[in-house]
Amino acid sequence: MKKIGLIVNPIAGMGGKVGLKGTDGIDTLAKAKSLGAEQVSPERSMKALKSFVSLRHEIELITYPSDMGENIARQAGFNPKVIGSIKEGKTTADDTKQASKDFCELNIDLLLFAGGDGTALDICKAIGDQVVVLGIPTGVKMHSAVYACNPMKAGDLVALFVQGKVTELKEAEVMDIDEEAFRSGVVSAKLYGYLKIPFERRHIQGMKTGSLPSEKYFQEAIAQEIIDDMDEDYLYVIGPGTTTRSIMEKLKLDNTLLGVDLIYQKKLIDKDLNEKELLEHLSGKKAKLIITPIGGQGFLLGRGNQQISPKVINEVGVDNIIIVATRQKINSLNGQPFLVDSGDNELDRKLSGYVKVITGYHESVVYKTAF
Amino acid sequence: MNRRNKVRNFHQAKWDEPVIYEISNEGERGILFPEIESEIQKIVGDGISKLPENMIRKQPPNLPELSQMQVLKHYLRLSQQTLGADLNVDIGQGTCTMKYSPKINEKLASSPKLSELHPSQDESTVQGILEVIYKLDLFLREISGLDKFTFQPGGGSQAIFAMASIIQAYHDSNDESEKRDEIISTMFSHPSDAAAPNVKGYKVINIYPNEDGLPDIEALEKAVSERTAGLLITNPEDTGIFNPKIREFTRIIHGVGGICGYDQANANGILGITRAKEADFDLSFFNLHKTFSSPHGCGGPATGALGVTKEFIKYLPVPLVEFDKEKYYFDYDVPKSIGKVRSFYGVVPAILKAYSWIMSLGSDGLKEVSQIAVLNNNYLLKKVLEIRGASAPYAKGKHRIEQVRYSWEELYQETGVTTEDITCRMVDFGFHMWSSHHPFIVPQPFTLEPTESYSKAELDEYIAGLKKVVEEAYENPELVKNAPHRSVVHKINTDSLDDPARWAITWRAYLKKKNKTL
Repeated sequence: MKKIGLIVNPIAGMGGKVGLKGTDGIDTLAKAKSLGAEQVSPERSMKALKSFVSLRHEIELITYPSDMGENIARQAGFNPKVIGSIKEGKTTADDTKQASKDFCELNIDLLLFAGGDGTALDICKAIGDQVVVLGIPTGVKMHSAVYACNPMKAGDLVALFVQGKVTELKEAEVMDIDEEAFRSGVVSAKLYGYLKIPFERRHIQGMKTGSLPSEKYFQEAIAQEIIDDMDEDYLYVIGPGTTTRSIMEKLKLDNTLLGVDLIYQKKLIDKDLNEKELLEHLSGKKAKLIITPIGGQGFLLGRGNQQISPKVINEVGVDNIIIVATRQKINSLNGQPFLVDSGDNELDRKLSGYVKVITGYHESVVYKTAF
Repeated sequence: MNRRNKVRNFHQAKWDEPVIYEISNEGERGILFPEIESEIQKIVGDGISKLPENMIRKQPPNLPELSQMQVLKHYLRLSQQTLGADLNVDIGQGTCTMKYSPKINEKLASSPKLSELHPSQDESTVQGILEVIYKLDLFLREISGLDKFTFQPGGGSQAIFAMASIIQAYHDSNDESEKRDEIISTMFSHPSDAAAPNVKGYKVINIYPNEDGLPDIEALEKAVSERTAGLLITNPEDTGIFNPKIREFTRIIHGVGGICGYDQANANGILGITRAKEADFDLSFFNLHKTFSSPHGCGGPATGALGVTKEFIKYLPVPLVEFDKEKYYFDYDVPKSIGKVRSFYGVVPAILKAYSWIMSLGSDGLKEVSQIAVLNNNYLLKKVLEIRGASAPYAKGKHRIEQVRYSWEELYQETGVTTEDITCRMVDFGFHMWSSHHPFIVPQPFTLEPTESYSKAELDEYIAGLKKVVEEAYENPELVKNAPHRSVVHKINTDSLDDPARWAITWRAYLKKKNKTL
């Protein structure tokens, strides 16, 4: 028997079709409604729930009242345990946070939520990475990497999890963009942290295919490749992310997962540097910059790593950028190019086209980048 | 029997047959040997004590002990639990070129004239098979435009490994092998084009496909440098799309001093139509067990026939088979040979079967093979695209060469039924359907390759099978998700497949792992 907590953010995604770039905050919701926005989250959640309803006898589903999960769960054929209280039709971020905490106290095995980046961030703030989480993608902004690629796949993954077939977890980025700023044309995305999600192993049939080693394996392979090739004369700027962190771990160096760290001759110089500090360190020195795509949409620059500003890149030199990414990360983009949004159009143009990406030990690929 | 049904009311035998070691009975024998007659014993003794001490086993081998009849039944039962090219419409194993391999060729290969040969025999006593090897070399020279072939590699990946070795030996001879440590390949090339050079120590750069499914020239330009040792590329790729800029690729690689190796393992759609030479490749190989009908077993017996241009003959593995207008002989005088990639001269039965197959078809026949294979494939493409939920990513509206990598992504989005589910349901109708080489760039992939062997009626039968399963997926997805229902095994948990602690490929390994977990 697995305990699953379900949070449906009923208003997630409403701002999307009416062009509001998000649905954070009560005023925006009112505006979305006045523009004729309809709820999309419940219907998409239903698809996910239906994918594993056949396992309902092996699941204790715990949820919040009414449109925060109860209604959908019942419609999908579950008989959920309902806890907590809400103001119906007027749920807010605080409800999501409270629900996350309540579920955690009940020792759930998995927290399934339907929403977007706002919802993911609320969960992350409330409970950090103490339980396994999975997102059903129903929001407008989905820069985070905590969602399955569609509701059905989320359901399938839950089914695997319930059957004990998920043997590995993965840390996935939680990102959010300041909606107010975004509406006025300024993208300011922040990497807030990581949630643990079930890692989907591909079950491959046929004698000509073996299944792939885990993402962790490739991260370690990438780290080894980078370390083998390190040049003693260069400073190495290590961008945020779990793939770049594996380099620091292999070197047994203290590091910041969300921040930018600096090493020289395999020793830590400084960590969690901002733009200004980076520029001071880099001035007049030879340096290489190691970055990895952040979040679910494959941003190389401009999301979650704004410390690495155009000035920093110009100081390092475009030719000294080393891009690392696991194959899983690249393939999860389904052929969409990496994206750059450095804040400097000229630089973005220079970085677009094809780039070399290190994907393993002695393995790299050439992949497209766009802006 | 309902003749109007295009899909068979199939049901596979399910014997629940144990592993042969589990039915072994101590002391049971298939053959009881008579006592040695005293006259014989007087001359040779007991037949064992004269063997050198170090050749006598201290312990008897752990073999199953069974009577003849038990052995016969065991293997007949297992054979009833399989599918294969001689039994079903085997077009679902894309990239493998499953074709009809004439039985006469099997007879030739199993004739004592061949099977009783020993590789250490003096060459004067094996002129016949040396002539076959030499002439197959001549045929493949004509088919590829290259100048010399070796049949030593025991499969495609070994041929690729040999190409990587030749590339390294070439750069070695120019004192450049340390500097040139990168091999370029593409994502839709066979994964061994990357894996084999990787084993050789090379860093491999794989190029992702563009929207049309092809590697871009700009991407290649990004990949090349003074560190480029060579290019190893499949064409047509697994998508069945032929890279029309392939000469541009070789020009760029040669431009930076690299060597070009062509993976023509599957040349089934291009015989007599396009050659490695005109695309300016230095090295190339054919899988005799794909295109040349040797046949493609489950991993063998195989041969990766490796060909090179004049300049690279001096690097080939030894011995080469040559002819001095009087006799055929082994030539070990290959100055910069990479040595051996496998013992002796290759898988000789596979060589004989390929030779015989080519001889029976002639050059016009080979071209016709490709034309029919391509025609069959494009008929199939049209029919598959009419099936709800199926698509063929890339090169929309264009013809393909010998195979197509399709996608069930739309079906999956609409029903939740995956490629794996469909594969499992197809076996309920006696069909096989394969997915893709990894990584799964095409979502929910499946790869079909009809070759020249299958009739329109058979292709229609396979299509009817796909249609039937897709109808079920939309009407009753649970039925498909829980398949197979009428096969040797039912729905199984595939998790253990990639858990080394839980699988074993030999009885000995099984016992070892089982005892460990106990």
